[in-house]
Amino acid sequence: MQNLTNRSKMVSDKKMTFMEWIYVPAIIKGMSITIRHFFSKKTTISYPEEKREFSKVYRGQHVLKRDDQGRERCTACGLCAVACPAEAITMRAAERKPGEENLYREEKYAAVYEINMLRCIYCGDCEDACPKEAIFLTDRIVASQYERQPFVYGKDILVEPFDLNLRIDISARQTDAVAQFKSVKRYAHNK
Amino acid sequence: MDWTELIFKTIFLIIIFVVTLVVAMYSTYGERKVAAFMQDRRGPNRAGPFGLLQPLADGLKMFMKEEIIPLTANKNLFIIGPSIAMTTALLTGVVIPWGGTISIGGRIFSLQVADLNIGILYVFAMVSIGVYGIMIGGWASNNKYALLGAIRAASQMISYELAMGMSIIALVLTTGTLSLHEIVSQQHGMHWNIFYQPLGFFIFLICAFAETNRAPFDLPECETELIGGYHTEYSSMKLGFYLFAEYINMFISSAVIATLYFGGYNMPFIDQLGLSMNTVTFIGTFFFFLKIFSMIFLFMWIRWTLPRFRYDQLMNMGWKGLIPLAMFNIVATGIYYFFTELK
Repeated sequence: MQNLTNRSKMVSDKKMTFMEWIYVPAIIKGMSITIRHFFSKKTTISYPEEKREFSKVYRGQHVLKRDDQGRERCTACGLCAVACPAEAITMRAAERKPGEENLYREEKYAAVYEINMLRCIYCGDCEDACPKEAIFLTDRIVASQYERQPFVYGKDILVEPFDLNLRIDISARQTDAVAQFKSVKRYAHNK
Repeated sequence: MDWTELIFKTIFLIIIFVVTLVVAMYSTYGERKVAAFMQDRRGPNRAGPFGLLQPLADGLKMFMKEEIIPLTANKNLFIIGPSIAMTTALLTGVVIPWGGTISIGGRIFSLQVADLNIGILYVFAMVSIGVYGIMIGGWASNNKYALLGAIRAASQMISYELAMGMSIIALVLTTGTLSLHEIVSQQHGMHWNIFYQPLGFFIFLICAFAETNRAPFDLPECETELIGGYHTEYSSMKLGFYLFAEYINMFISSAVIATLYFGGYNMPFIDQLGLSMNTVTFIGTFFFFLKIFSMIFLFMWIRWTLPRFRYDQLMNMGWKGLIPLAMFNIVATGIYYFFTELK
């Protein structure tokens, strides 16, 4: 018969030798292997108590930054929504009213800003696209849920707290090199 | 037998009962931990510290499960099956000498419920009845897989009981008694029977694995070909009884092996320490349990190392390997004692 592949092997039906037949040497060999594993270091990370160290530039749950005076940086330009390959970002812009200067940095702001965390692929393109340095990916993990609806994160979750001490640290992602790169207007998405 | 003796025996019996159940319960935990460690995992560690409450959670789960008796099953036998398995598993503990003697208020009590002069035969009888639990359960389920599992269990047990009995005959030739108490006291010091009967021990150990349906001899319940074997149709606590009986059997056979071959509650150099009788007994019992737990660990170690035998391999090994070997062992022992006694 012609072989279809070269990988076929003849099955041998040889008689067991005496040492094989009494099984004992093979059993002892096997038991020595298992006992070595018994005392070896376990690779498991007990998750809630023990957390795996993430890369400094890990791309997890997003944050909408405030500036030093606690004003929202986002101006609802929609570049992030355009850049998003998964079309996870939705927003509705609104105009700032007099007296709201302490809340929003620019005249326009996002009244509704939603990211569907189930659609998001955590590529970080929104961060690249943002001209106002308002959106960043952080090393936080998106919590699991039982329903789909809670995965649509609104501003209540995304915008960082007003308190300076509770601000989300994004210094690992917003390095000088990144800032420099963003200042180059030659690149399309920096315009 | 007077009243104090009776009261002591009753209390002692209850203690053994509880200890057996607790050890069996924590064997399930131990099994999972050992399995996990051998597979580079952590094992159960969520329920309580180090997962120590896991057996309780498992037991609770078993009680909460829906109790199903199949319509086509023979209801009485279906219930009797696990009961027999559990009862016989628990009954064996009474002849095992758990320790030496203790003195309470000037009276001396032996830490053995019943010192039968045919202790070994009693153990054998109980183990043999144990197969009825599996047989009846498997047959009453009215399910082909359960029946196949039961048939396998029966033929496996009968085959290996022969070799086991023969290895015991050689041991009895050495000790000259069938009483477990006598056998243990003869092994005082370091005169453990394993040094006199290494081959017999080897055969007995293999047969003990087969008798308790532990891997690599767990063919009656091999899930790959028989779904669950004899307990395919069982659910809730009746299934729990079967599983639990297996662990009790493992504990009891470890105790029997420790008694017969590893000197029971004897430990080396105990006479030189000059301790009081109660202390010696206490240490001895502790040592006995240490031996039992080592044996249980061996059971688990082998289970998580070896794959299951094929059925023809099992039968080949039992009939063509172990029985001739056990016969040879008897003859060799007999010849040895024949010539040494002559001198």
